Amino acid sequence: MDARTEELPVAVRAQGLGKSFPGVRALTNVDFDVRHGEVHALMGENGAGKSTLIRILSGVHRADEGTITVTGAAVPFRNGRFPGSPGEAERAGISVVHQEIDLLPNLSVAENIGLGRQRTRFGLLLQRLMRERATAALARLGIALNVRLRLADCPIAVRQMVAIARALDVSAQLLILDEPTSSLDAEETARLFTMLRRLRDGGLAIVLISHSIGEVCSIADRITVLRNGTRVGTWNAPELPPAALVEMMTGRTVTSGERSSVAPAVLPELPALRAEDLACGHVLGPVTLSLHAGETLGIAGLLGSGRSELLRAIFGADAPDGGTVAVKGVRVRPGSVRASIAAGMAFLSEDRARDGVFADLSVGENLLMALQARCGAMRPIPRTEAKAIVDRFIAALGIRAASADAPIASLSGGNQQKVLLARWLAIEPTVLLLDEPTRGMDVGARAEIESLLASLRHRGLALAIVSSELDETVRTSQRVLVLRDRAVAGMIESADVSEGAILALVAHGGDPA
Amino acid sequence: MTSDSTHSSGARHLPTMIALTILAALLTFGSIRFDHFASVGTFAGLFHEYSFVGIAALGTTLVILSGGIDLSVGAVVACTSVIIASLVERHGVHPLPASAIAVALGAGFGAAMGGLIERYRLPAFLVTLAGMFVARSFAFWIEPHSISVHHPAYAWASMSAVLRVGELTIPLRTMIFLGAAALTMVIAHATPFGRYVYAIGGNETGARRMSLPVGATRIGTYALAGGCSALAGAVFTLYKQAGDPASAVGLELEVIAAAVIGGILLSGGVGTIAGTIIGVLILGTIRLLIDFQGTFNAAWTSIATGVLLLLFVGLQEIIVRFERLRARAARAASGRG
Amino acid sequence: MNASAMHSWHRWRSAIAWPLVAIVMLLLVNAAFDWTRTGTFAGAFQRGGFLSIVMIDGRPTGAIMDTLSRGATVALLAIGMALVIAGRGIDLSIGTVMAITGVTAAAVVDRGAPGWLAIPAALAAALVCGAWNGFLVTIGRLQPFVATLILMVAGRGIAQALADGQILTFRDPVIEFLSGGRVPWLPVPVPLLVAMLAALVTFIATRRTAAGLLLEAVGSNPGAARLAGIRERLLVFVTYVASALCAGLAGLIECARVRSADPSRLGLSLELAGIFAVVAGGASLAGGRFVLGGAIAGAYLLQTMTTTMYARDVSSDVAPLPIACVILAVCLLGSPRFRSDLRAIVKRGKQ
Repeated sequence: MDARTEELPVAVRAQGLGKSFPGVRALTNVDFDVRHGEVHALMGENGAGKSTLIRILSGVHRADEGTITVTGAAVPFRNGRFPGSPGEAERAGISVVHQEIDLLPNLSVAENIGLGRQRTRFGLLLQRLMRERATAALARLGIALNVRLRLADCPIAVRQMVAIARALDVSAQLLILDEPTSSLDAEETARLFTMLRRLRDGGLAIVLISHSIGEVCSIADRITVLRNGTRVGTWNAPELPPAALVEMMTGRTVTSGERSSVAPAVLPELPALRAEDLACGHVLGPVTLSLHAGETLGIAGLLGSGRSELLRAIFGADAPDGGTVAVKGVRVRPGSVRASIAAGMAFLSEDRARDGVFADLSVGENLLMALQARCGAMRPIPRTEAKAIVDRFIAALGIRAASADAPIASLSGGNQQKVLLARWLAIEPTVLLLDEPTRGMDVGARAEIESLLASLRHRGLALAIVSSELDETVRTSQRVLVLRDRAVAGMIESADVSEGAILALVAHGGDPA
Repeated sequence: MTSDSTHSSGARHLPTMIALTILAALLTFGSIRFDHFASVGTFAGLFHEYSFVGIAALGTTLVILSGGIDLSVGAVVACTSVIIASLVERHGVHPLPASAIAVALGAGFGAAMGGLIERYRLPAFLVTLAGMFVARSFAFWIEPHSISVHHPAYAWASMSAVLRVGELTIPLRTMIFLGAAALTMVIAHATPFGRYVYAIGGNETGARRMSLPVGATRIGTYALAGGCSALAGAVFTLYKQAGDPASAVGLELEVIAAAVIGGILLSGGVGTIAGTIIGVLILGTIRLLIDFQGTFNAAWTSIATGVLLLLFVGLQEIIVRFERLRARAARAASGRG
Repeated sequence: MNASAMHSWHRWRSAIAWPLVAIVMLLLVNAAFDWTRTGTFAGAFQRGGFLSIVMIDGRPTGAIMDTLSRGATVALLAIGMALVIAGRGIDLSIGTVMAITGVTAAAVVDRGAPGWLAIPAALAAALVCGAWNGFLVTIGRLQPFVATLILMVAGRGIAQALADGQILTFRDPVIEFLSGGRVPWLPVPVPLLVAMLAALVTFIATRRTAAGLLLEAVGSNPGAARLAGIRERLLVFVTYVASALCAGLAGLIECARVRSADPSRLGLSLELAGIFAVVAGGASLAGGRFVLGGAIAGAYLLQTMTTTMYARDVSSDVAPLPIACVILAVCLLGSPRFRSDLRAIVKRGKQ
């Protein structure tokens, strides 16, 4: 272990934390400590338990098991084990830097820093004092800013600094930053990191959550990796090269990349789907890709790399800023879902609850919705025909539902996903865009979906699949497009597809490191 | 960055600027068109006539700033006027304690509605719509018909309790309005409570994440609004020297319109008390012009109110979209940079 | 009957069961009052009793017939409001639309045109109102309650301007038929017939096509509806037009009843009545599933409450008080937090 960090005193220690939500085990027996004067990165894929851990640390959630101790705390926690409210955590010195969207855009910078801890005289705000304190708090971060400015009028990077100033305005021992760089550009990120290093050198303990491997490797002193709610381990940053970190996060070793089906498909001339220079705000840089009938294109990359945004932009779920999409050589009106569907596209979103499921409606109604929408309101699908289609898909996909009339909310997540997949298969698309099609499914359901997707491909569909499971990508895809930091890091052609090749691109980008 | 921010705060104040311009234009038009329009007396008369509307608008402004809505204003005004008139005439209570009781009842009523909205997550328009029916029917239940108040205190208030500034006489109701306006300005802009109101209206989730007292603030806001409506009712009683259960129908829409015209964003968090007062004056001037014209009937007031409401809601929508576009463009530019 | 039909039948039954039970209970309360008043149980069924139906002038009359006839107004409003709420909207302008329609009809008759011309003209006015609301909500992207509030304010003025600030009285056999007309061999009040006809048309338009299902999808999850390729804006637009047309019919019936159109009182504060009927009929204010039968049953529950209060000599001005309380209670019962609070209180009471 690095001598420098070993000597540092522990600021906050969590022991044996466990937390369950209805139906989900979010954290299991997690030990975690942060020391004064270090930046401690918390890494893990979606659902690894990072958010739960910081929510327990900051008093938003209550742990089921385990304790948290703050070394310098003046008063012990009221329940003796962990902070019972965000206020209590703050008093103990655990301060969370809110994301820029959690600030108050309509109020001044000073109010965003000082509101809730203001001083008053005769019930009136001491506004000058508040402004002075805010100015001082920002000055400590090396920022000179007119604190009377409305927050909405400040650049996003400045808002992020304001959030940090608010967190530091109390006597913080531990600063927690959740994805502070998600809306910053490279220069702004560099400025933020300079500031964080300064705070660290001043003795502050900092926990950083980020999805960008490069960023983490450049600033973190130690790295803790979580996976499926348990701690994989804690390393000094220099001992954990990017490739190894990605391995720890995904739980794959680079060498284990095996492929069951290497089928170099004979591709037709005209691609089923062609996207050119597709860009979408700050979430997706210009991306060009082709997808052929009878082919599965895997889209890999870490969370936040732009992989979901790419599918959404192709389908028109989010209106792209530029670029074109064509299906079988025919251009599709950009940003129009109906045009995309009419052209033969179908899109299964990663967020079932938000983008897919009609919770009020039955399994059958959910299943037929896309088909019905395409037929139009005036041409209801005849009852017998509807029943035939629903029964066929329930049987074909092995949807386990009490009946086609059962509310969809009564189904398990995996079965809901199959219903949504069936919704799109019912319109017989030529291009199927799938975002995390197997998320939240058990091994059996996963295998079923995978074989189903393979059979669809053999029937001539063009599939694009975003997945955070590398093995799944390798098993299902002929080619793999790797995204990194919202841009294409590289395309891996059929013979070369392996977990190692993907991991290398995810970790180091296009240039061989 | 400096030029950038001045530009956008200019856009933020645009509705208020437009409202001021409209007020000036209306007053100018009136002065040119009508002989006796251009006088200090006319302008002061605006304040006198619209004092109770203005007081009610203050409370509604706070509620809208917090991201809510209060549709019970007119009914609470009517109910309070009836309660005061009934207490004074039938039970021999002095008008002052009677008014105090009524204002306390109004605040309690508002707090109850705020509590339902906060605790049970019921839509504000629904709860306050029901509140409107409750208050209005309660008024009719106490007194089915209008009753006049003959207490000597009222005669004294209208005759002697006036402030003479030069040729101008300022009646008590206008002083109450100006006092209430000043007090509300202080509350909204200089107390923690007022800033919490803005915070909730701007970003309720954010306010909760910052552990600001969201629930207490929301209930307090509706209580204040109820208190304002009740005070407006008390002033109304003073003004008309009567309590009428059928009075102030549709007042809630007038005050919402006044707030929106004055630059209060209906989605909450943006606007000033001064803006609302400008809005009230605009509505008052329109009413006055229609009175001067004589050939128009009262219908045109509500049409004009509706048109202005639409105009300013549309304007707000455009500004919000414009700012969003600008933010997006800025992000895209920085994303590529 | 297949499983699907079985399923929707269950939904239908549970939606109308509560309002119907409440109506029956109210009728029993009224019967009990009559019993104490007259001293005999049969008193309720005799002339003047609440449950009596007496033939006067060849047509059935009595409190029940009165309820059936007058409830048609609220039922019509409820049909339109059910559609709007199903699509996650709200229409606060229905009272004003009633006034505009009524005044338009009266004004057309006033200028010497026959009633069969006045009715389409009035409904065209309602259609314009609905299209306006729909435009503001779907294209203008205003919050529904704000968008419809604008018409609620300005529409009264428009109605008053159309009527020149007066109450328009008229005599026209075609319009009057809408309230007091008689259909041979059918002893049913015409307003009820109109409401049932509107319900039937709406039922066919929503349930014999896929429009109802698509609308429920929009209300249930607007984002998912868009991604599934549903024309959610068009559907929502149509609901506002439908709501205004229903309000227009209701306005025609109401002014036919009194042979006059009062621009400032016609349809005043009936917005809440429509919302209540829909919520009492088992729909959620958050949109999604709707049951027309439930909304109509809710409307008749409201009318039974009103008639009961009139029968007890409660003035029409005070009657909204208990009704508003019932409305709040119904909405509160829909709040999960309130139910858990209630359970806690009951549990504490038992200990």
